[in-house]
Amino acid sequence: MWQTFLGLYNYWIVILLMMAGFYIVMSRHNLVKKLIGLNIFQSAVFLFYISVGKVGGGTAPIVEEGITSYSNPLPHVLILTAIVVGVATVSLGLALVVRLKEAYGTIEEDEINEMDAAG
Amino acid sequence: MITATNLALLAFMAITAWAIARTRNLFVATMLAGIYSLLIATVFVLLDAVDVAFTEAAVGAGITTVLFLGALLLTDRQAKPHKHRFGTYGPMLLVVLLGAALVYTTLDPLMPHFGDAGAPAQGRLAPEFLADSVRQVGRDAPTATHIPNVVTTTLASYRGFDTLGEVVVIFTAGVGVLILLGGGASGGRRRRSRRRDGDDASGRGSTAGGAGA
Amino acid sequence: MIEHVVLRVIARLLAPFIVLFALYVQFHGDFGPGGGFQAGVIFASAFILFALIYGIEHARQIVPPAVAQAGIGLGVLIYAGTGVAGMLLGGRYLDYSVLADDAGHGQHYGILIVEFGVGVTVAAVMITVFFTFAGRRGVLEAREDTAVPPDGDEER
Repeated sequence: MWQTFLGLYNYWIVILLMMAGFYIVMSRHNLVKKLIGLNIFQSAVFLFYISVGKVGGGTAPIVEEGITSYSNPLPHVLILTAIVVGVATVSLGLALVVRLKEAYGTIEEDEINEMDAAG
Repeated sequence: MITATNLALLAFMAITAWAIARTRNLFVATMLAGIYSLLIATVFVLLDAVDVAFTEAAVGAGITTVLFLGALLLTDRQAKPHKHRFGTYGPMLLVVLLGAALVYTTLDPLMPHFGDAGAPAQGRLAPEFLADSVRQVGRDAPTATHIPNVVTTTLASYRGFDTLGEVVVIFTAGVGVLILLGGGASGGRRRRSRRRDGDDASGRGSTAGGAGA
Repeated sequence: MIEHVVLRVIARLLAPFIVLFALYVQFHGDFGPGGGFQAGVIFASAFILFALIYGIEHARQIVPPAVAQAGIGLGVLIYAGTGVAGMLLGGRYLDYSVLADDAGHGQHYGILIVEFGVGVTVAAVMITVFFTFAGRRGVLEAREDTAVPPDGDEER
């Protein structure tokens, strides 16, 4: 029972974080808040990949003599690039939010929708 | 010890995420997001992903926070409360159901446990890359031709095309931000303000009234 | 922020070391943790720190926006150009083995050059994005305003 809990705990936290991010994206109207929610969702995916790549008893994948077991380097590579791409896309999103603020005077999604509906 | 740290750090992350969801102060939310990044970076160290932890600490806790602060200065610092009192119940219900379904899938006996060396993800390419690097170390350890960091070799050589694509994505995002906010800012700003003075003025008044109603 | 003596002195003191550390991370990435992505971000953070303390105007004098914007494209060109160089030398695209006499050295050179290209693009994008956000509302306002939040954060 305890072993199962430890073996699945990481995945459960990943699911929790992912759902927290998803909830923020869906329920909050503030666009900056939505971007933070997307960030949380994204990092949950990162955590999932890295958790999958962990090999029990392994070490960081930097080859040294005398060490036989390494964690999986492949997820590390994927996530390493994804993090930097993530910040680049977030900055693009923030730029869009700034432009929306300048055009509509608000960053609340519902108010922007109301303005659009009002013509 | 590592297990306990892992448990505690992940619990902290869940708490931080909850606090981010709760707060309406965007400045607080940004700072909490920075803390969250630092926590996840620490978890990455525990999970042997030192390169990733390095990146996350520099990007998540550093640059992202600064960018969010910069954007907050240009927009609002406070999120408005939800208009409909029960408006968040629908998303909450959906999220709980989806989360429960996902947790249910992890209970499948075939689901490899955390740290399982025999998990399918551990097969195929990764052992090959590692064996390659180890062989090179064994062959010419004294000379400097080998590259011990398998993450770097995989990033730049084995998966060179992928990384080229990622760099192009970053390039595109940078150019996008420049187009949206910067570049010939003075000319663009003047043109936009003139347009706003003209035909936009009437629309603005009516929309402000609509938002108030 | 300009009147905080401690911050100003420390920032000026730290900035060269941050750049040095970025270069170490950049070119030592094949032996330890590091590489172009991390190095680019750390390199950019040195200038962002400087801009936060001394104002965006001073930072612009050190890194002219045109240089930073040129760097965005330059890094991608270095990366893609390495692949083309490999093709010209008789290999396949992004095959570094032909870049030197033996495959091992070729791979090493290729990885170093490619990581350098990654670092240039990442650093340039981060600096450019920060400059664009911070310079959006006129230099003076931005300087005072960008200075406020980190200050408030430290005191709390």
